[in-house]
Amino acid sequence: MRVAVLQFPGSNADWDALHAVRDVLGADAWYAFHKQTSLGDADAVVIPGGFSYGDYLRAGAIAGFSPIDNAVREFAGRGGPVLGICNGFQILTEMGLLPGALTRNAHLRFECRDIYLRVENEGPFTDMGTGKVLRLPIAHADGRYHTTEEGLAELERHGQIAFRYCTHGGGEPKGSDANPNGSVGDIAGLYNREKNVLGMMPHPERASEAILGNDAGLALFTSLRRHLGFA
Amino acid sequence: MSTPANFPGEPDSSPEIAREFGLVSEEWERVLSTLSRLPSYAELGVISVMWSEHCSYKSSRVHLARLPTTGPQVVQGPGENAGAVDIGDGFCAVFKMESHNHPSYIEPYQGAATGVGGILRDVFTMGARPVASLNSLRFGRPDHPRTPQLLKGVVAGIGGYGNCIGVPTVGGEVQFDTSYDGNILVNAFTVGIAKTEDLFFGVAEGIGNPIIYVGAKTGRDGIHGATMASAEFGEETDSKLPTVQVGDPFMEKLLLEACLEIFATDCLSGVQDMGAAGLTSSSVEMADRAGNGIELDLDAIPRRTKALSPYEMLLSESQERMLMVAKAGREQEVFDICAKWDLDASIVGRVTDTGRFVCNATPGYDPFDGTGEPNPVVVVDLPVDLLTNAAPKYDRPQQGRAKGATLFTMAGDAPEDLGAELVRLIGSPNIGSRAWIWRQYDHIVRNGTVIRPGDGDAAVIRAFCEDASGTREKFLAVSVDCNGRHVELDPYAGAAMAVAECTRNIVCVGAKPLGLTDCLNFGNPKVPEQMWRFSQAIDGLAAACSALGAPVVSGNVSLYNETDGKAILPTPTVAVVGQLEDPDHRLGLGFLSEGDVIAHLGRPSRGVLGGSEWLVQHSGSDTGAPVGIDLDAEAELQHAMLDLARKKLLRSAHDISDGGFAVALAESCIAHGHGARVSLPSSEDAPAHALLFSEEPTRILVSLSASKVGEVGDVCARYGVPFEKIGTVSGQTVAIEGVCEVPVEELAESHASALDAIVS
Repeated sequence: MRVAVLQFPGSNADWDALHAVRDVLGADAWYAFHKQTSLGDADAVVIPGGFSYGDYLRAGAIAGFSPIDNAVREFAGRGGPVLGICNGFQILTEMGLLPGALTRNAHLRFECRDIYLRVENEGPFTDMGTGKVLRLPIAHADGRYHTTEEGLAELERHGQIAFRYCTHGGGEPKGSDANPNGSVGDIAGLYNREKNVLGMMPHPERASEAILGNDAGLALFTSLRRHLGFA
Repeated sequence: MSTPANFPGEPDSSPEIAREFGLVSEEWERVLSTLSRLPSYAELGVISVMWSEHCSYKSSRVHLARLPTTGPQVVQGPGENAGAVDIGDGFCAVFKMESHNHPSYIEPYQGAATGVGGILRDVFTMGARPVASLNSLRFGRPDHPRTPQLLKGVVAGIGGYGNCIGVPTVGGEVQFDTSYDGNILVNAFTVGIAKTEDLFFGVAEGIGNPIIYVGAKTGRDGIHGATMASAEFGEETDSKLPTVQVGDPFMEKLLLEACLEIFATDCLSGVQDMGAAGLTSSSVEMADRAGNGIELDLDAIPRRTKALSPYEMLLSESQERMLMVAKAGREQEVFDICAKWDLDASIVGRVTDTGRFVCNATPGYDPFDGTGEPNPVVVVDLPVDLLTNAAPKYDRPQQGRAKGATLFTMAGDAPEDLGAELVRLIGSPNIGSRAWIWRQYDHIVRNGTVIRPGDGDAAVIRAFCEDASGTREKFLAVSVDCNGRHVELDPYAGAAMAVAECTRNIVCVGAKPLGLTDCLNFGNPKVPEQMWRFSQAIDGLAAACSALGAPVVSGNVSLYNETDGKAILPTPTVAVVGQLEDPDHRLGLGFLSEGDVIAHLGRPSRGVLGGSEWLVQHSGSDTGAPVGIDLDAEAELQHAMLDLARKKLLRSAHDISDGGFAVALAESCIAHGHGARVSLPSSEDAPAHALLFSEEPTRILVSLSASKVGEVGDVCARYGVPFEKIGTVSGQTVAIEGVCEVPVEELAESHASALDAIVS
């Protein structure tokens, strides 16, 4: 499996993604710098976390107009799997590859801690079975997913909701801080209609090794590898 | 030699202006007699900032010389942008701690943010990639009207900068005390990793080599910040906003990546960040270290505002700027990498052999809007030595103070319900959970945080060390400590206790201490009692660093931490970097399994409550006899602890410090929701509450599998360290025989909500 990890000047979880995919999973992986116009012969693309271009205007706003964007659009357009994590999720919504928007956390603070999420729909990155509960870390200030009521209904109808925040036991947050940012519908991760593009706020690449106390996130990458027919 | 000119509108230098710039009259006289002429306005600015306490260490240098700074592992001691210790295989850990106290009190978000930015630059300027940050914070009493705003602003500022640049903030400490009501402390620490042979230094070497300015453009922010940091606060502090800088972490991220890429090409002969006293100190210090001179063309300084005068350009503390000395002929490589990262870079001067700091600029020419034509004149021409080695150095008078004479163990009657006392104490702002703080820091970015905040006595990080042969993983432990209350009661022992707690934290997670950096926060050095505290603290640090194997490799002094004549608690904060031989040696602080044995290692308590949080809460002031420290016993305990960790004989380890034995026991229970059934460790005859809450050092609470009791006892005996089995991990309560029994859940709730009263 060959994976391009996008590198914006303010990406800071680029190493986290490269390390998880290359060193832990064993895939070929490389950085694709934002000024490039080609992804190389990648089988999959990861848009990592960080602060793309500083994100002073709005998280991911300028990254939606970077030189590498056309290559990503083209890759996604022909069904190539794209995973946007944290800032990567924000960039995907700014690029219009995913619907809705990510806004400031309801409590207005940056928050870094472990949370629980439940697999809602299967797809290239989520073949672990619906209902499966994962513990993953979050680290963001702008993770509150927002869409309209019709938008939400649409997402449900097309099975696009990949993950919802949940309690330790898999239950609904019901307004508790199990939903760490106030996302509508407790949405933690989202597929596009075609289900080849996934955006999520939690960080599976930072929870892919036992030494970090958690390797639950590796399941997303092994799912991708199976989806692509490697192993 | 031409006489440097004033710029249009600048007044002639005078004793009044010198005083306004912070020079005392004898210093002004010294300027006149050395130069044999009146300094230009810009020169006076340069001299005053370089002679400020912040840059010259004029009151502290004579004392700092007593600190131990050598050891086989020391790669770089004090005097560079940061210190470095060897971590094997040709790699070193590069680290330093710095204060940003005064700016953070004036504008907490930006003050704290730029403090983080500054310390990160100090580390990556050495050629190291930053891998972790810590911070040590002090605020006024919890119910002081400004405390909530200052705490929220500082924490958001640290997070805002560190989270964006992508360096995990993995730990820290915070204390609330009324002595910090008008003068908070923000001390920031960063550690990075470099190949030892590729370390970079702040030297202006190679006559004729070009000086290249890289990064953010110069504005009027932070002018005379270093001088402000060298004065006490008074009623006019509110009017000091323009001396605070504004940070841009995205710019710093670009600078970090560009610098590391430029360093790898080996096209530089030296580099220094523009921190305190900006362009002035960076160029002067680089010239000084190389024994050379520097000539700057101020017309070429990139700028973001109109009509900057030489004085303003030289003293601006605009952030995210670097000064590089390129090897002649290789400038283009620097420009190409800067272009890749969209950074400005300009040649602004050259290295000379004159030993002088010379600046040229054109009156009436403004490159910002193109007004006028460049036709520079000399505006600064000073001997480098005058600004560095020949800066004033004072051995200020000291006045000792009698210590409390009685062994103070009681404050009125002993409390009846010690369980309730424990619940209350563990929920108090100085003892309880800091999760509200560290959750606002990205503490896991870079995939290296092996022991997270709150999980162990120190944070443990995995550093990826890359060279031609591949990538090695190395495991570092970092901790920061100080308790000013103990320093106040006995500056010598209190400072030694800070070092001891910090290295104890390092061995408790299974790492060996390698080196230490300090941030010495004290009051007005012109007050003999403050100077005495400082001098005593230096001796205490020196003794402890020597005894515990942690040489001082870098540091920072922050004096004049006073408001309206009221000094802070003397706060010599120390941070220690240690290394684990093997990540499997690591230990958390929480009990792991029902049935494990709980044991007490180290000195039996004498029940001395001096300086303890419990006593301060009950008596309303920092009082009592100092607890003292036996550094030989401490060293033995730490050697034994490290040996036990390396032999993998323990399940958890937690040092006994703030809040005493009872708090340490409760914290070990709360971590994973286990209970404990113990008896009080053997002690001298003292009331139960004193044994529960005394903060005497040299004690560690451990848990171990019952099958390991014999082996652990043998190891401790070999080191001459008392080992006492006191109970077992059991049930859902913290039960101390004959003293109290409290549900863990009740303790956990209290612990978790410790900061609620301040932040919600």
